[in-house]
Amino acid sequence: MNAEIYQQHILDHYSNPRNRREIENADLQYRDSNPLCGDEVAMYAKLKDGLMEDLSFIGRGCAISQASASMITEALKGASLSQAAEMGKEDVTRMLMIQISPTRLKCALLPLKTLQAGIRVYQNGAARN
Amino acid sequence: MATTLSLLTKTRKDFPILGRNVNGKPLAYLDNAATSQKPRQVIEAISAYYENYNANIHRGIHRLSEEATAAYEEAHKKAAGLIGAREGEIIFTKNTTESLNLLAYSIGLTLRPGDEIVLTEAEHHSNLVPWQQVAKITQSQVKFAQVNEKGELDMEHFQSLVTRNTRIVAAAHVTNAFGAINPVKEMAEIAHSEGALMVVDAAQSVPHMPVSASQLGCDFIAFSSHKMLGPTGIGVLYGRKSELEKMHPFLYGGDMIKEVSYEETKFNELPWKFEAGTPNISGAIGFGAAIDYLCKIGLDSVQSHEQALTRHALKRLAEEKDVLVYGPEKRAGIISFNIGNVHPHDAAAILDMEGIAVRAGHHCAMPLMKKMGLQGTVRASFYLYNTKAEIGRLAEALEKVRKVFK
Repeated sequence: MNAEIYQQHILDHYSNPRNRREIENADLQYRDSNPLCGDEVAMYAKLKDGLMEDLSFIGRGCAISQASASMITEALKGASLSQAAEMGKEDVTRMLMIQISPTRLKCALLPLKTLQAGIRVYQNGAARN
Repeated sequence: MATTLSLLTKTRKDFPILGRNVNGKPLAYLDNAATSQKPRQVIEAISAYYENYNANIHRGIHRLSEEATAAYEEAHKKAAGLIGAREGEIIFTKNTTESLNLLAYSIGLTLRPGDEIVLTEAEHHSNLVPWQQVAKITQSQVKFAQVNEKGELDMEHFQSLVTRNTRIVAAAHVTNAFGAINPVKEMAEIAHSEGALMVVDAAQSVPHMPVSASQLGCDFIAFSSHKMLGPTGIGVLYGRKSELEKMHPFLYGGDMIKEVSYEETKFNELPWKFEAGTPNISGAIGFGAAIDYLCKIGLDSVQSHEQALTRHALKRLAEEKDVLVYGPEKRAGIISFNIGNVHPHDAAAILDMEGIAVRAGHHCAMPLMKKMGLQGTVRASFYLYNTKAEIGRLAEALEKVRKVFK
C-alpha cells in the first residue's frame, strides 16, 4: 500500500481506460453517481451461462472513480454474478493498491456498488419472470 | 493596504490550528467559505462556560442558571449589534440552513396555489430545496432568475419574474460557488414594490463585510456562526419584528411557550417563540466571542484585506495559462477554478498533499454547475488570517497537479 494515491497504474487506467464503452443489448445495465464528487458511472454486462461474458462501463469523474471502474471491468470480465456480488471494500482497495482516505473510498467503490446494484435489479427481474 | 495586510496576518497567532502541519507541510487553510477556523478567544469562551457556569437557561432559580441566561441573551444582543437589528429580531437556530427552513415552514406553508417564489439560479441547495419542497406541498411555483456565464444575476430577468403573484423572493447576498455579489438592496425594493417578502442568505457575506439590516432593507437575513470564527451548531435568523410577530412558530416545545393547557398553548414573546427546547448555549456564547473578535478588528478591515488577497490571487492565477477562473470581476473572497482537464477532486487531493486545504466539487449548487456545463470546480476562499504567501503556495502547487496529470 502506498500513501501516494496517484500511482502510475491508477493514472494509466484513468487515461487509457479498459472496456470504456456501452454494450448494445446489455443484459444488465445500471447507472449511479457520487454526489460528493459528482462522479458518474454506468456499468454494462452481457451474460452467458451466468457469467459476465462482456463487462464495460462509461462514466466521468475523478481519477480514482474512473480507474476503479476500468480495473473492475478487467478483473471481473468472465466472472459469475455471485463472484461480483460477493466483492467488497477490501477487494477494491487491494486491486487499486493504494491507501485511500474514507472520503475518496466513496469514489473508489462507486463502480463496484453500481455493478452490484445492477446485479440486484437483474436478479429481481429474473426472479419475477 | 500593506498595513491592513500586516495587521490582519498578525491575528494568525490567535488561531492555534494555523500552526499545524498537514502532510508534513504547514497548513494553508483556503476553505473558509465552507467553515472558518476558530481563535483561542472563542475556544476559551466555550470552555469557560462549561468550567464555570454550565446550567440550563430561562428556568433555574439559581446562580449558575442566571449567569448562563445572561450570557446567552448577551450573545443575542451581540448578534443584533453586528447587523444593527433590534431586540427580539435575532433568533438563534442551528445554522443558515435551519434559518431558511424555519422561514420555509413558517411562511412558505401559508402559500396558496398561484403564489410564486422567486429564487436565483445560483442558490446554495439550502436556499433552494426548502422552497422547492414547500412549493410542491402548497402547489405554489418556484421561478429562477437567470445568471450569466460569470455567475452574475441578470437583473432585468429578475425584475420580469417579480409580479403581484410573488410572495417570497430569496437570494444569496454572496454566492458560495462563484463569489458573485447580488444587489440585494435593489432586489428587496423590487420585491417590496410587488408586496413580496425579501429573504437574504447571508452565510457568505456577514462574516466578511459590514452588513446592516436596515440599509439592506430586507425582511429576513440568515447566517451561520461557524463561517465567522464561531462554533458550529449555531446560526441566526434575523427577521423584521413586524413580520416575526405575524409568523407561526416552526418548532414547538419548552421555552417557546408562555402558558400551556391540555387544549391550548400561548406562545412566548420574540425571539423565544422561535427557540424551542434547550438551545446551543455554549455555541451561542462562543459565537458571541467570535462577534467580539470580528468587531474589534472591524469588518471593513476584514473586507479590504480579503479584497487585496482576491485581487492578488486573480492576478497570480491569470499567469497560469491552463487555469480557468470562473466568476465575475467584482467578487467576494471566493475563487472557483479548474486546471486543464483535471477533475477538481484530483486537483484538491494533490493540493492537500502540499498542505493546502481547498474545496472541490459542486459546492452545493448542483443545478448551477449543470447549467454551466461543469462537473465541479476547485474553490479557494479567504479569510482574515490568510496571506499572500499562501496564495503563492497555491499557485506553485498547481505545478504538482500538472506533473501528475501530464
